[in-house]
This record gives sequence, structure tokens and C-alpha cells, in this order.
Amino acid sequence: MSEHIVSLRVYITIFLALLAGTALTVFAGLRDFPGQLNVIIALTIAVVKATLVVLYFMHVRYSSKLIWVVFTSALFWLVILFAFTFSDYWTRCWLGPC
Amino acid sequence: MPDAVPIEHEASHPALQHHFENMEQQREAGALGMWVFLVTELMFFGGMFLAYTLYRNLFPADFASASNHLDLTLGAVNTVVLILSSLTMALAVYSAQVGNRRNLILCLVITITLGLTFLGIKAVEYHDKYVDSLIPGQLIPGRPYNPAVQEHGAPDDKHKLHLLPGATVKHVEMFYWIYFAMTGMHALHMIIGVGVLSVILFFSWRGRYGPEYHNPVEISGLYWHFVDIVWIFLFPLLYLLGRHLEHM
Repeated sequence: MSEHIVSLRVYITIFLALLAGTALTVFAGLRDFPGQLNVIIALTIAVVKATLVVLYFMHVRYSSKLIWVVFTSALFWLVILFAFTFSDYWTRCWLGPC
Repeated sequence: MPDAVPIEHEASHPALQHHFENMEQQREAGALGMWVFLVTELMFFGGMFLAYTLYRNLFPADFASASNHLDLTLGAVNTVVLILSSLTMALAVYSAQVGNRRNLILCLVITITLGLTFLGIKAVEYHDKYVDSLIPGQLIPGRPYNPAVQEHGAPDDKHKLHLLPGATVKHVEMFYWIYFAMTGMHALHMIIGVGVLSVILFFSWRGRYGPEYHNPVEISGLYWHFVDIVWIFLFPLLYLLGRHLEHM
């Protein structure tokens, strides 16, 4: 498997998308949305931006399966870190007064 | 004794190290090594993001009050600076891949300059917090953590904290601990990145990298983009998530 060279057009497109995401996140951050929607919108935009960087700037889209496995394992452990910690914090009061 | 048969050696690139079969394997191994390192980095920053999330849940009003005191404009400008530097870093890798030494050097110089610009703006922000006595703890000479609080109904003073209902100066300090820990570690990574890219720039100047061999440029780029991704999350979480509460 030889190296894939990402075209300049793709790089520029991703760059413009990242700029648009930044503008959008500032725009949305200054407005009131019901409930926790502000947090959800901000995180969704951040995840989309990060995904674009990983796939195109970091070439993961064109990389070998091995790189995919390593990258996915990182996300997997991160999910464990968050999920297990929150399962503790959110259920502490279930067992008695706190 | 049989005639000595000359062994056909595959013409190999001078940068090919003896423990690799070929350039492709060397390139793949280098990238994999950097990715494994980035996994550990993700867990490192992940722990701090977890701390942020937990304390934000515990002290929502305090975190919003403190967050609103940060300079949104400087934060947004720094985001754009960093995204632009990621583009020029990607273009540096591209230039190495197509063997354009002049553009490679140019892109690296721009990337390093943008990295230093980011750090400069960050320093201005840190100085603002120093002036307002908002650096947490008691160790800053002459400026222990002791923020001035804006009285209700007083004219806006951007040096004073505007506490939202339910917020306390003590819990606001927790936000600043996390703010300085996360942006400080991020800035340290930027400083290391600028150092790494300076070395890459030196060897690019010497003409070491070309279409066959550019692993160091590529994996330094991976590191640089990772640091960019950390900021992509830090910016909304630290600067934005309390803004919409300000006028309530």
C-alpha cells in the first residue's frame, strides 16, 4: 500500500469547514437554547471539527486498518473513563442520604 | 567453488534504517508510533476534561460566571490562528510529499509563526488574569487569588467578576484551577510543538525530506493537529458555555 497524497482542494475545503464551525459555535454560544441544548450544540460542533481534522489533516481516512484500530481504542478507553466515573457520581445518592 | 554471484541489493534510500524492509514499512511504523503516543496524550487530556465536566456539574453558576470573565474575542481569534496553523502544517506535509522544498520551508515558518502568535495571545490573557488577581492559589507574589466582585446594578467593569445567582468567589476559583491547568498544559504542548517544528525546519533547510522520505514531517504534523484538536474542545468548554446565561 503506497502513501495517499491528499489534494490541496480537500485541505482548503476542510479548513473552510473548520472556520465555519468556529463561527457557528460562537454564534450559537451567545444565544439561549432551552435546557442543556447549548452544551449539546457546542460539543456536537467540536466533535464534527475534531473528526474533520482527524480524518483529513491527520490522514486517518487514508490510513491502514492498524491506525484505525489504535485510534478507535483511544476513544474506547476514553468512553470507559467517562462512563465508569459518571456511573459512580450519578448513583451515589441511590444507596442512602447524601 | 562456485562463481561468486553478486547479490542484487534493492537500491535503498539512505534514510532507510536497517531494521525495516522498505521505506513504506518504515513510514507506517513511524506513524503508528506517533499514534500510540497520541493515545496516551488523549487519556492525559481526557482526565482533565473529566475533571472539568464533574466540577461544572457541581458548580454550574460559578463556572458560568468565571467563564464569562474570559476574553471571548481573544479566545476566538486564537482558535482561528490554530486552525490556520493546522492548515499550513498539512500543506507542509503535502509540500514534502510532492518534493517542493521551498514551499515546505515556507509552510513550516508560517506554522511556527502562528504557533508563537497563539502563545503570545495566551500570554496576554494570562496577564489580564494576573492583573485581576484571578490566578488561583496564594503563590503569585503580590497577587494572591482575590477577585473584585461587581456590585449588582453597578456600571460594567470588565476587571471585576460578575457573579451569577448562586455563584461564590471560592467556587469560581475551582474554574480557574481547571482553566490554568488545561490551557497551561495545552500551551506547554504548543511550546514543545514549536520546538519540534524548528528542528524539522532545520533539516528541511538542509534538504533531507522529499517524496520518498518525510516521516518526521508527517508525524510532527500528527502531533500538531492533535494539539489543535485539544483546543477545538477547550475553546467552547472554557469560553462559551456560560455566555448565554449572562443576560438572565
